[in-house]
Amino acid sequence: MSTDSAPEQPKKKRLTRRELERRRMLIRSGAAGAVAVTAALVGLYPVKAQVFDRLRPPGAIPEDDFLAACIKCGQCVQVCPVEAIKLGDGAEGYGLGVPYIDARGQACDFSCDAVQCVLACPTGALSHDISAKEEVFIGKARLARPSSCLAMKGLGFEGHARGQDFEGLLRYEEIDRWTPIKIADHPYDLELCDLCVRECPIEDAIYLEPLSGDDGDARHQPIITDKCVGCGACEMICPTEPAAIVVDTELSIERQKGAVS
Amino acid sequence: MSVKWYLHKLAMMFGAEARRPTKGEETDAAREMKKFQKTPEQTVERRKIIQHELDFPVVSNKWKFARWTSIILINVMFIVSFAWDVQLVEGAMTASRFLGFHMADPTGALQVMLAFKQIMLNLLIGTVTVMIIWWFFGGRAFCSWACPYHLLAEWAESTHLFLAKRGWVKDHPFHRGLRVVLWFVFMGLALVTGYTAFEYINPVGIVSRALIYGPSLAVLWVVFLLSIEIFFSRRFWCRYACPMGLTYGVIGTAAPIQIKYELDKCVHEGECRAVCLVPHVLDITKMGYAQDTEEFIAPDCTRCGLCVDACPQGALSFTLRGLDKVI
Repeated sequence: MSTDSAPEQPKKKRLTRRELERRRMLIRSGAAGAVAVTAALVGLYPVKAQVFDRLRPPGAIPEDDFLAACIKCGQCVQVCPVEAIKLGDGAEGYGLGVPYIDARGQACDFSCDAVQCVLACPTGALSHDISAKEEVFIGKARLARPSSCLAMKGLGFEGHARGQDFEGLLRYEEIDRWTPIKIADHPYDLELCDLCVRECPIEDAIYLEPLSGDDGDARHQPIITDKCVGCGACEMICPTEPAAIVVDTELSIERQKGAVS
Repeated sequence: MSVKWYLHKLAMMFGAEARRPTKGEETDAAREMKKFQKTPEQTVERRKIIQHELDFPVVSNKWKFARWTSIILINVMFIVSFAWDVQLVEGAMTASRFLGFHMADPTGALQVMLAFKQIMLNLLIGTVTVMIIWWFFGGRAFCSWACPYHLLAEWAESTHLFLAKRGWVKDHPFHRGLRVVLWFVFMGLALVTGYTAFEYINPVGIVSRALIYGPSLAVLWVVFLLSIEIFFSRRFWCRYACPMGLTYGVIGTAAPIQIKYELDKCVHEGECRAVCLVPHVLDITKMGYAQDTEEFIAPDCTRCGLCVDACPQGALSFTLRGLDKVI
């Protein structure tokens, strides 16, 4: 590298070195720009490959628009009284900083009544057209594991729905209309397990239907109606492990349709 | 200030090299002053002043600590608003409500609108509010008085300088035009892909959210950027890459709060340029580079005040444009 500069005049040599410095600097700048843009594009992969399948907060517009419109500020996180909303991490690509709900850990139980997260959203990623919980579509509940469902077996339930250490909150209207309490502080004693129906915040979204006409047969099946908004209260409260009832996102509903056809 | 000279200062923000004013741009008073400063008596006088400075060094951190307090206070307000549910500033640096008023980061808001292809009123209101606030304080004043990444980068810079002084690391400069190219590429990506691609690597959003909502894996990217700044290139992100900095720079092109340079007090030893995040704005302090005897430094300036602290002669000072005319 230094061989060509040896025989030249000192004055000219200094100029060459400066030019060389500058050329290096420009190459470095181009490389740095390419790295920055590539790094930003890495986020495209998890989104396009649909690696994650997230429940979004109430009022969320369709997924692609949602990722575009969300400014990743977390104001929805701050207003949620049960802290059901979490923010996505780097592995989610452009879902970084975007809110989601992990229903099994903490479902949206509509404790706030007037969909506070929608009101908090500064961009309309959570659509302001929504004003009541019944208008929401987060997803739809499905009895994913009928064989483990206690009602399907005709069994009751006694004790803590999710164990004594479970941190999840739920609003029990009969206890405190305004403040959600820990599910762990509210043990049950049920002849027939109907927790998913009992704790559903939406009217007529789910009910138990006898499996047979036989009076001696205690077995019941949870039936989910079109009124279900996918809040996930049933998934959170379901005492079997893993939950017999789960909430499907729009993506997983489509995937199941695809699998059937 | 001549229009041409001001346009040159604007062009510097977009990557142009700093240069001397031409004969036409230079004011008569400045020419006289420069001639006076070059007389043998003045040269001797200046050497004496500089020697005195070296013998009795005065260290001032007034503006630096005021600024650190500001950054910490602003970010702590965000943190406690959520942690204690006091609803002072809800949200994060990207968008928030300050006592109920919408605030939005202009660069983030622009990306959202380009990606979503809709103008959202609340976001627009928040953006304009933020633009007015930072127009007043001087555009990039956001960088050095509010940005949480800036504070981390400042500490990384100290580490870099510590290592560089011992010859263990070397600063690798980049072309400042890179920031402009990246700005357009990232806005273009938002428009074309329909996602806020830059927000995926924006350390300001990542740090702000990590402070408020708890650490995330994305913080590793910030650690990577900081290590680049420590071991490879001094203040890499803020100097050569950050699109937010450019947006705020443009917002502050005609800001009331300015750093004023007074040629007659200057002894041209370059203390200010050594501490500056954007040293090209201080090229006017080089011998013979000033355009006028008193001028505001360029819009790329972050109003961090390090030069004001560094200058032993008080040749640089904070000023409110037009205040001298009012009083």
